[in-house]
Amino acid sequence: MKLRAILTLSFLAVLLGFFSLWMAQQSYSWVPPEAAAESKLVDDLFSIFVGLGTFILLGVTIPIVYSLMFHRAGKYDFSDGPHIEGNTLLEVIWTAVPIVLVLGLSTASYRTYDKMSIQGPMELVHLHLPQLVEVANAAPFDNTPQKEIETAQESAPIEDIDVTAKQWSWVFRYPNQNVTSTELHLPVDRRIHLALHSDDVLHGFYVPAFRLKQDIIPNRVIDFEFTPVRIGTYPLRDSLYSGTYFAANQANIVVQSPADYQQWLADAAAQPPSPAYNQANFEYSRGTKSGNIGGWKSVAPASPPIVNYSPQPPVNSSPD
Amino acid sequence: MTNISLEAIDGTRAQPYPGAPDNWKRFFTFSTDHKVIGIQYIITSFFFFLVGGLLSMIMRGELISPETDLVDRTVYNALFTMHGSIMLFLWTFPVLVGLSNYLVPLMIGARDMAFPRLNAVSFWLIPVVGVLMIASFLVPGGPSQSGWWAYPPVSLQNPTGNLINGQVLWILAVAISGVSSIMGGVNFVTTIFKMRAPGMTWFRTPAFVWSVLAAQLIQLYGLPALTAGAVMLLLDLTVGTSFFAPERGGNPVLYQHFFWFYSHPAVYVMVLPVFGVFSEVLPVHARKPLFGYRVIAVSSVLITGISSLVWVHHMFASATPSWMRILFMVSSMLVGVPTGIKVFGWVATIWGGKIRLTTPMLFALGGIVNFVFAGVTGIMLASVPIDIHVNNTYFVVGHFHYVIYGTIVFGIYAAFYHWFSKITGRLYYEGLGKVHFVLTFLGTLLTFLPMHPAGLMGMPRRVASYDPEFAYWNVVASLGGFLLGISTLPFILNMVSSWILGEKAGDNPWRAIGLEWLTSSPPSVENFEETPVVIAAPYGYGTQQPLVEANPNPGLIQPSFMIQSPNSEAV
Repeated sequence: MKLRAILTLSFLAVLLGFFSLWMAQQSYSWVPPEAAAESKLVDDLFSIFVGLGTFILLGVTIPIVYSLMFHRAGKYDFSDGPHIEGNTLLEVIWTAVPIVLVLGLSTASYRTYDKMSIQGPMELVHLHLPQLVEVANAAPFDNTPQKEIETAQESAPIEDIDVTAKQWSWVFRYPNQNVTSTELHLPVDRRIHLALHSDDVLHGFYVPAFRLKQDIIPNRVIDFEFTPVRIGTYPLRDSLYSGTYFAANQANIVVQSPADYQQWLADAAAQPPSPAYNQANFEYSRGTKSGNIGGWKSVAPASPPIVNYSPQPPVNSSPD
Repeated sequence: MTNISLEAIDGTRAQPYPGAPDNWKRFFTFSTDHKVIGIQYIITSFFFFLVGGLLSMIMRGELISPETDLVDRTVYNALFTMHGSIMLFLWTFPVLVGLSNYLVPLMIGARDMAFPRLNAVSFWLIPVVGVLMIASFLVPGGPSQSGWWAYPPVSLQNPTGNLINGQVLWILAVAISGVSSIMGGVNFVTTIFKMRAPGMTWFRTPAFVWSVLAAQLIQLYGLPALTAGAVMLLLDLTVGTSFFAPERGGNPVLYQHFFWFYSHPAVYVMVLPVFGVFSEVLPVHARKPLFGYRVIAVSSVLITGISSLVWVHHMFASATPSWMRILFMVSSMLVGVPTGIKVFGWVATIWGGKIRLTTPMLFALGGIVNFVFAGVTGIMLASVPIDIHVNNTYFVVGHFHYVIYGTIVFGIYAAFYHWFSKITGRLYYEGLGKVHFVLTFLGTLLTFLPMHPAGLMGMPRRVASYDPEFAYWNVVASLGGFLLGISTLPFILNMVSSWILGEKAGDNPWRAIGLEWLTSSPPSVENFEETPVVIAAPYGYGTQQPLVEANPNPGLIQPSFMIQSPNSEAV
């Protein structure tokens, strides 16, 4: 009986190992295409977590199901099981293994974080740079994305763009060309530097295809950097709840070749500023005529942004 | 409670307390009996569970299609705000306080809680909270629409301009709920420290009591921060102070610290007693001692300690400095260690036991599996780079519903079924219980699992409308949500009909070991005829050792000797 249990469980453990590896591979297909250098780093890390997580989840579930199948009391068996209060060795092992695991996962996460050099508040930004090469050498996996970040960080000029979030619209301003837009156009393979502003409440700058997110806080300017590496159109979503029309507060991000990007900037600069279509304003002015149930008084949306460039309405996009 | 003698379980032991009310009316009085208060808490909060569930089903109705085509956006925002607030402040917290109220004094051999009147006051504040929350639907401008976290500046925007608005009522309700919980915390901690029966040393105290102690300690250190934050928010909103209002120089991120300093540990306030339930239910239905009882007991207190240092993981995207992100990443992941100890201990407990798949056992094991899944996604969320992608997406919604529904509600159901006979003196219907389990487990899987892929794809939470790319997973989740609604029907049918018509249970139908099983079902007002003297560690399954000494009713002190079917009357 005991030998059979050990053999069965060892066999299941090996199967489980392969299954976990398979799940780790699958995890790349659960997320949007990798459109920034940072995306690849996050996906590699996520894949490790998925593999280990699968192993742990099924590693607990399989013994439970096994017990339910083979350790059931007979219908008229009212006796007790063996009086086992514990096992010090086992308890030490299953305390030590999780400690090692979480420390390992923390270290892996820290390395990824370091390579991404995520900029939140300004003070710590430059501390990351000298460490980059060193960490890259020690890194066990593909360091192309990190190289891309490094190259982009070193290749001047960095694209400076002002981002303003408000209830409920996004406005992007290119200070060098004095162009404003409700669609964020970016050159591919360049380090992008955004200055995030909010006019009213908290908002969140979230681009799923870039795996990046940053809350935007009124009265503060937040620096934010990343490197797009894939040409295409990606949704930008407000990720931090900002009131009535929060769900409609989206914009497109268009990553273009540098030539197309310059062309777009030039075209946009030639256009006179005009009011852009704005979903929140559209719905607010339509009022309760939408036919939906109920409706309470809402904060009035800011007036539609006046910009050089805005895409054709309505803004409703998906990657690619 | 003289109805005990009507049930003729043991006429000699169940002498009614003179003057004790003996009918359903006692549940509508300012009773100081911890058992009456426990039932008051449980029934009241279950009512709000149904209310919160109805709100969530309207939300799932809206989300079954990408456009806003069922309710107005303001209504949707009010729905998720009130769903979260009602489910936390009026269901999960109070129902667990109710269970703890009922069980802790019985489990430690006490006659009541340390402060019975304070206990009654704590309870009677809950209906006040409920009335305030529900009343907010009727004021101009509707209920709060700033979410259960009520972040300023959104929570400070008052579109109607009225002094009495949904947000003010919400803050008052939360503050009163906080006061009620602090009173409860003082009461539980005092009771557990001071009123354990003679001989019940710390390592003879049941794991459930340890977990309640660990949870209530969090209430004591954490709730003052939230309550202070709520008062500051109220002042900003009503008299124009500038704690958090950015246009007046306040700092909205400061509120997030106040809020999460309590509200993350609050998850452990809710989940710790459920861990305790698992630790009590598994040994009984597997007929084996709780594996590594001492470590499991101590790990509850470790969770209390670690939980005080994890709150910033809710703010990884809130312009938090890097050192803070890394520090709180490590501390948050460390929560996985004491919880891992518990999970492994539970698996080892049932391993090689004599398992009976009763309804409480099914709910406990289902809850453990769901909890491990929630733990895996929780560790992912603790990792800063992954969290930066999935923070504020449906991945988080899926994760915490696996904790709150998949684990905590499962544990609560397990507790209801496990102690039903103790509370009512009757047996529930096993078949209906199993139907309830199957529907609930499937409903949980269908509702909350699809939220993870939706979140990984980038669907933000709190949205009334979404891009069509997320439609598939949302349709599945909505259908699952309706199934979860249906799953409560066999439960309600079972509880109501069994309480009225169910077979008499006897004192100890599970042949369980524990002080609460040594007294009558339902217990008399004073709980125990004579104060029990504990002479052994809990969970003595497989030994012939009695739990208490010199009991006036010797048939009940040696549960291991009593061979009887679970359905038969107690001797």
